[in-house]
Formats: sequence, structure tokens, C-alpha cells
Amino acid sequence: MPAIETRALRKVYPAPAAPKRKRGAAGAGAATAAVPRAEIVALKGLDLDVHDGEFFGLLGPNGAGKTTTIGILTTRVKPTSGTAVVGGADVASQSVQVRQRIGVVPQRPNPDRSLNVIENLTFHAAYFGIPLSASQPRANQLLEQLGISDKAYAKVDEMSGGQQQRLMIARALIHEPQVIFLDEPTVGLDPQTRLSLWEILRHLHGEGRTIVMTTHYMEEADKLCDRIAIVDRGELLELDTPAALKQRAPGGTLVEMSLSGDARPLVEPVRSLEGVLRVETQGPLLRVFSDRGGRVISPVIQTAEEHGLSVANISLTEPSLETLFVSRTGRKLD
Amino acid sequence: MTAIAALPHPVRASSVFLALLRRDVRVARKELAFFLVRTTMQPLLFVIVFGYLLPKMNFVGRGYQTALLPGILAVSLSLSAIQSVALPMVQDFGWTKEIEDRLLAPVSTQLIAAEKIVAGMLQGVIAAAFVLPIARLVMGPISGFTFSHVGELVAIVLLGSMAFSSLGMWLGTAIAPQQIGLMFSVIIAPMLFFGCAYYPWRGLDAVPVMKYLVLVNPMVYIAEGMRGALTPNVPHMPLPVVGVALVLIATIFWSLGMRSFYKRAIG
Repeated sequence: MPAIETRALRKVYPAPAAPKRKRGAAGAGAATAAVPRAEIVALKGLDLDVHDGEFFGLLGPNGAGKTTTIGILTTRVKPTSGTAVVGGADVASQSVQVRQRIGVVPQRPNPDRSLNVIENLTFHAAYFGIPLSASQPRANQLLEQLGISDKAYAKVDEMSGGQQQRLMIARALIHEPQVIFLDEPTVGLDPQTRLSLWEILRHLHGEGRTIVMTTHYMEEADKLCDRIAIVDRGELLELDTPAALKQRAPGGTLVEMSLSGDARPLVEPVRSLEGVLRVETQGPLLRVFSDRGGRVISPVIQTAEEHGLSVANISLTEPSLETLFVSRTGRKLD
Repeated sequence: MTAIAALPHPVRASSVFLALLRRDVRVARKELAFFLVRTTMQPLLFVIVFGYLLPKMNFVGRGYQTALLPGILAVSLSLSAIQSVALPMVQDFGWTKEIEDRLLAPVSTQLIAAEKIVAGMLQGVIAAAFVLPIARLVMGPISGFTFSHVGELVAIVLLGSMAFSSLGMWLGTAIAPQQIGLMFSVIIAPMLFFGCAYYPWRGLDAVPVMKYLVLVNPMVYIAEGMRGALTPNVPHMPLPVVGVALVLIATIFWSLGMRSFYKRAIG
């Protein structure tokens, strides 16, 4: 039995109320009034299988549908259609059973600030029917394991952002869930704290837990996950191990140039240059995949200038998840 | 797989409910002084001005205090029941998102809302119980004040606190956080002043239009109910009428509050 299974999972949010107000505003043109209220399609039929004990990454830019997916899988968002099963229970019809089997680390720490650190854990355990006699030692052990045991009786507000994020991880673990969800757990953390969080996550994975993490950091997904789903605009683009995904990345180094005008006229002449594997354009953006690294840069610039275009910016990216992502979505992650 | 994969035993909803309630009691105990000052200051000031100063100056008759005290208790009860649910809801759903850890508890979302309403009821009762002895001390002996109708009193207090705690749930989840100030000036203040708390409903015989207009105000029924239970000699609305009205109001606010909470909790 897979830990998570989604089929044709779809989520459509109703249009925000904003256009309505615009319509009423004085001077709103007829054009505004004629625009139908567009719904927001956050997920367009997602099929995912996460295996038991797997460290699974959902990778995508902001607005890709990652948080909506996590919201549905953690029973906090109702799917518009399709099914999602977590730990053998359906998120829509058996939400109570799903909640019993999951632990959630939110995007932004949301500890109960009216309680102290250890109370945050023991009360959360109590919401799962665990008596204080069992939760207290477990809470202490988790705080110890996460390196915040000296804060056990502190107010939550006395903790740093990184410490609060660890408290969130402890809270997600206190009731021994089958599946742990982490939504962008390292956003806003300094590099050192991020590394130590990675250690913690690796350790949890080593204990055999199923972990589902969203991130928009390529490196994070690459280093931690067994498998990665690349999502964008509510759709699954790729799903595989990091190694397989990297192999699937278009060969060579990605050279990206912003030009002073439309890059399309350059496609043919640049493609014929030595060392160029593939050329893509997007407005004034020219993407060249090269098997000779940065050595294609100077002939490409020369070609551009011959076409009356100047180069404003150049960037180089080694073949990676990033180059795969760019070639699949036409945009960068950050 | 290890023990982690073992299916967890089902958790009893009642034990989760009690844990949620214990959390709210713990937090309320920590903040008891602030809570009492916040919710009982206004009624106590009324007690001093209308229950002590005005009678001393002979602007109002002695009998006024008898009519005033049950009204003051009704205000304390309802105001604190509303606030102790509405304010945390506005904060939790508006920006802190602190309630998320409770929304992940393995019980139905409605039960989590119900617990909040019960916690609000408790705080309403505590506020009224705190105001009573102080009011009695400030006003001196109140003629005709009696505790002999315990059954009626308990029923009115339960129904009234449930109605207003549910109203607090509805307001707290339906109103945008930026408009919480508006809630006090547009909803709470008129409710207090036209709620027959500071004057008995039968006194409005003098202004018949008002007498019937104020009937849309839920405060009227708890104030009149308190009068019927605590100072039965003051002319008041018949208790069965009050009872039916409070059951109706509590049911309506309860379902509105539940629905609105659910809408905020589940996207």
C-alpha cells in the first residue's frame, strides 16, 4: 500500500472578490465590466504515488500548486474533484483518520504562543489522545534530539526563527505519525540553520518515516529526496529520482542571454555554431545549451551583434535539475 | 517497517474535546486578570455610576438598582462570552494561524468549533460570577434580589452564554480582522444600549415603538431572563417566552458560527 496516492486531483478556487469591487468603482471602463470572473485553477488533475518510507519532494516555483497539494493531503483544503488517499484513508471522507496518521510542519512556524515550548508538545499530543505520562518524556526526548532542550520551559517568543521551526518539527513528530509533511521548511532560515535542518530530516528519513516536502530550492530537493515531482501551474511535469531527472536534463551547459530585442532571428544562425546542442527563445531571452561550456559565448555574442542586437546579461548553469526545469517550464525557479 | 507503520488506535472524540478545553482553561488561567479587566471593566463602571452615584444623588430611585443588577450580570456574561471567542478567532484565522495545531487534531472540525464555544460559555459565566459580588458591594443591599429560582437561573445562564459565545464564533470568523473595531461600535455598543440591560423591558411601555424594535436584540432576552430569575418582583418578560427566544437565538447563532468556522478552517 503506498503511503499516498492521488488520482486526477483537481482544485479550483473561486475568483477573488476584487474584480467585483472594481466594477462598482467610478470610472471603471466597459472592458473591465465585461471580463468574466476567472477562477483560479491551482491543480489540474494531479496523479501522484508516494511509497512507504520514501522522502518525496514536490519541486516548483511559487504558484505551482505545491501548497494546495499539501493542503489537500493534510485535510485542510477540499479538493474540487479527484481522490487522495493518505495512509490508506481518504482525505475527503475519512479526514479524521488521515489527521491521525500525519504530522505537519507549516511554511511559517505557527506555535501556540499562549503555551510554553514543552506545553506546545504535550498539548498537541493530548489532541491525539496521548496522556501526559507518555507525552512528557517523548517531548523531552524530541527537544533533546532537535537541540532545543534548553528552551523547554521558555516562551515561544523567546526562540529564534530556526528554533521555532525545530519546535514545529517536534510537534509534527510527537504523536508518531506515519507520514510527515513539510511545506517549504527552510524558507527564511540562514544557511547554517538550513544545513542542520537537513541533518534532522535525513535522520528522520533514516528512521523509516515517509516524508513529503515541498521546496523551490533545487539543491534541497536534489540532496534530500528519493524522488522528486516537478510541478508547475498545477501540473506534474516530471517525476523521478534526482539522478534520473538530471540525466533527462538537456545536455550541456545552459547559457542564457538577455538581448536588446526579439531573440527569434538568432535561432537558426546560433544553432549552426560549433558546440551548440539546442537553442530556445522567449522574447528577448536566448537559451543556448552548449557542450563546450562557456566557450560558445563569444561566437553567440558576435552573431547577435551581426543581427543588430546587443547583450545585456549572461548567465551560465551547469546541467542540473535547474536546466531541466528551465527547459520544461520556460522559466527559472526563483 | 517498524512500529511507526502500525495503524494508530482510534482516538476518542471526547478525550480530544477535553484536551482542547484543558488548553483553553490553561490559557484563560494564565490571563485571568487581563481577561477580567477587559470584560468586566465596562459593566463595573456602570455599576459605580448608575448603581451607586446616581442613586446617591437621588437622580434615580432605589428601585432602579434592583432592575439594574440583573442587566449588569447579563452584560458581563454576554460581552465576555462574545469576546473570549471572537478575539482569538480573529487573531488565529487572521494572522497568527495558531489554531492550525488544533485543526490537525483527529476529530471533526465541528467539534473543535464546539469546544471553542463551550470555552467561551465558561468564561462568560466566570465574568458574571466575578461581577456579582463586586456589584453587590458597591450598590449595597438590593431589595427583592433572590437566588431561590436556581433552576431558571441555570437555564438562562446556559442558554444565554451559549447564544453569545456562538455569536462570538460567528463574528470572529466572518468579520475581516481590519474591521474588528467596527464590530464593537456597530454591533456590540447598540446591543448593549438597546438590550434592556440598563432598564427593564416593561419600562419601554413609555416608548411603544422602541419596545417592539428592541425585540430583534438578543441581549433583551438574557437581561429579561436574568430579571425573571434573580429579581422576579421587577416587571419582566415571562420566562417561558425568554426561554423559547433564547433557544431559538442560540440555535441560529450556533449554526451560523459552526458554518463560518468550517469555511475558515477548510479551504
